[in-house]
Amino acid sequence: MKQTFYKRIGESVYRETLPNGLQICVVPKPGYAKRYAFFATRYGGMDIRFQLDGKWLDTPAGIAHYLEHKMFDTKEGNALQELAKNGAEPNAFTSNAMTGYYFSSTEHFEDNLEILLSFVSIPYFTQESVAKEQGIIGQEIRMIEDDPDWQLYARMTRALYSRSTARIPIAGTVESISHITAETLYDCHKAFYTPSNMILTVVGDVDPIHIADIARRILPREGGPEIPRDYGEEPEAVFQKKTSLAMEVSVPQFLTAFKCRPPRNGEDYLRTSLLGGMACDILLGDSSPLYLRLYGEGLINSSFGGDFEQLPGAAMLYAGGDCKDAGKVASEIQAEARRLAEGGIGEDFYQQVRRAAFGSSLRGLNSFENIAVSLTEGYFHGYDPLRFPQVFETITKDDIASFLRENIAEENAVLSEIVPK
Amino acid sequence: MEVTRTKLAEGVYLTFHPAQKFKTSLLSAQLVTPLRWETASACALLPSLLRRGTVSCPDLGALSARLDGLYGARIDCTVRKKGENQCVGFVASLIDDSYAPGGERLLEPVAALLGELVCDPVTERGRFVPAYFDSEKANLIDAIRSILNDKREYADGRLLREMCAGEAYGIPRLGDGKSAERIQPQKLYAMYRKLIGSARLELFYSGSAGRERVEQALRAAFSALPREDVQGIAPAAAHSARESVHTVTEALDVTQGKLGMGFACGSGDHTALLVGNTLFGGSSNSKLFLNVREKLSLCYYASSVYHRQKGIITVSSGIEFENYQRAYDEICAQLEAVQLGRLDGWELDGARSTLLNAYASMGDSQGKLENFFLGQAATGNHETPEDLAAAVREVAPERIFAAMKTVSLDTVYFLRGKEMAE
Repeated sequence: MKQTFYKRIGESVYRETLPNGLQICVVPKPGYAKRYAFFATRYGGMDIRFQLDGKWLDTPAGIAHYLEHKMFDTKEGNALQELAKNGAEPNAFTSNAMTGYYFSSTEHFEDNLEILLSFVSIPYFTQESVAKEQGIIGQEIRMIEDDPDWQLYARMTRALYSRSTARIPIAGTVESISHITAETLYDCHKAFYTPSNMILTVVGDVDPIHIADIARRILPREGGPEIPRDYGEEPEAVFQKKTSLAMEVSVPQFLTAFKCRPPRNGEDYLRTSLLGGMACDILLGDSSPLYLRLYGEGLINSSFGGDFEQLPGAAMLYAGGDCKDAGKVASEIQAEARRLAEGGIGEDFYQQVRRAAFGSSLRGLNSFENIAVSLTEGYFHGYDPLRFPQVFETITKDDIASFLRENIAEENAVLSEIVPK
Repeated sequence: MEVTRTKLAEGVYLTFHPAQKFKTSLLSAQLVTPLRWETASACALLPSLLRRGTVSCPDLGALSARLDGLYGARIDCTVRKKGENQCVGFVASLIDDSYAPGGERLLEPVAALLGELVCDPVTERGRFVPAYFDSEKANLIDAIRSILNDKREYADGRLLREMCAGEAYGIPRLGDGKSAERIQPQKLYAMYRKLIGSARLELFYSGSAGRERVEQALRAAFSALPREDVQGIAPAAAHSARESVHTVTEALDVTQGKLGMGFACGSGDHTALLVGNTLFGGSSNSKLFLNVREKLSLCYYASSVYHRQKGIITVSSGIEFENYQRAYDEICAQLEAVQLGRLDGWELDGARSTLLNAYASMGDSQGKLENFFLGQAATGNHETPEDLAAAVREVAPERIFAAMKTVSLDTVYFLRGKEMAE
């Protein structure tokens, strides 16, 4: 296995690509009792239209998430129980562009890893077990539909995008999941759960060679073909300027978002992610002039915050929180972006944000989950996330100003609001 | 894990966890005070109000600049309920000195800032800055109101409040909206002075610095802390079971119902109840998860928590309104199954390993350690995670079933949709 040592952050990564195309990353963490494994496929909520065996397939919204739930079923019963017997804490999640299965355990790590690799690579469902899941996922969807944060975000993406599948809720709807059958689930598994579309990351005090041996032994020998996907041809303009929903909440909430230029794969993806994050901090982070002013005026409170997010073929910067005058805050954000873009970023403030951003990236390395998810995202998009100290150095004040000028403008903006009933 | 605890001054204790493996150090300062309706909201207001400015950094901008300069050190306000005590203060996280690109020492300046936040707030004419007071009071009121936005948290809180009405344990950690509305600036300042003079101060450090250096930094940082009439820690009295079940139903405009059930535990065998609860609903392989969710598809979540300090178990679940009775019956049936020891062979081993895994990995998370040791200190307990793990390993099945047989239904809270209301 190839070892890379990252001196500035004190980490090592062992990497290997198996003949079946599976990527393996092992991050040794001596001194930790916990060991963590993360097994992920490049397949998420956005991948609903794709080509399999030469044919384009349209699958129901929410199917990647549904499949995630059903993968725990095994011929012998349920993999959750198998792992639990060994004291592991297993779980899984589906995001826009990946599905990840993971566990952490202090004992029986290798047995648990075998169980993980095996249940994720061998599908086992019946028409009956698929039908039963409708109830559980239906409840999950109802639960998130009652969550104002989820509503704000879901409605925001629907306002930003008219065709991109970024507008599709990851779990789908009660209606869309009713069309899911065992057969479609098998098709999706066949397309996306091939070793060449997947990556295994292990973090903890383990022997990297041994991890690779287990993966070689358990997983299929063959990889799979590259699967063409269709995320929708997205126009530049936003779909809808404003969306509002009345819910049983006590305080109004909002998110304002800006449709940003979609990312390219490679190190540019990482650079844009760090750059967008810093631009967000400079524009409206906790120590930004705008935040301090609005907080002082009582227009926002500590629930206010923002983020920059990149998805396949889509990127957005958004911010929000509890607020009684969302329209005012949204226009203040745009005015501040104009001021900053026209040379308004102070040198001291810029250096201060840069130090803080470095500290925050470094802090992220305490979390095994975060390390594994970053390495996975990096692999799927063709960059190495642990090069962040070097990439930070390539970002200048002018880059931030151009980012704000190009992206944070009225024509790219949408507003999503939740108001009390 | 070599965690040590030392007394630095009257009512000031340091829990020290040496560790080289983290990228960061964690430093926490918490004032521990009895939870009371009259003071809960006012105490909850203090951290965010103190976090607005100190004499040397009199506004948020100055504080943020200072923290950003220390490589994005973070100081977060915390308000926690531990047993029947309220713990208010700050948790700081800073990158470990060895990763500071310029080789700077970060522990001392961050400790000093923590000390200033607790002891040396910016004031105007002998009270908190009125603008800060007004805005943080408004934020607190909003925060209390916005608990309603998260229906699960809301329902869990309502259950505890109903079940432990008349007991301090029923008081929410932020107090209630009405007492928050009544907080007066003058009185709050007086209360603050009294609090820092009389409340136990619990300090916690985890990171690569040696103990002497940490003690020295903290002694210097908190040298201005007044120590007058330092109060001890109030232990919680166990909840005594109701004679008949107390049932409360509430209707809100929601699509998913929430069923909360509170149980009183007659036994004081904590370890047995802890393992029993893990079997019942304390893990993703518990009876509640596997039966109420997986087998019967009655809900998306159903789990239970054992509140050791209070001797109660609470169940939290999200269900379709019309499944109320089925879910209720099934939850009771699963408790009975644990009481009668109706377990598959793997269940007890699974529950034990879940708990052992949690204790063993606690040393891998600075945040979990801080929270655990604060809970121990604030409730007068001294076991380490290793001690608790040893007890879990030893407890025999008969002890678990016997302790769970003393568990009885006390309070039911059901949140349903408005269209169902008469």
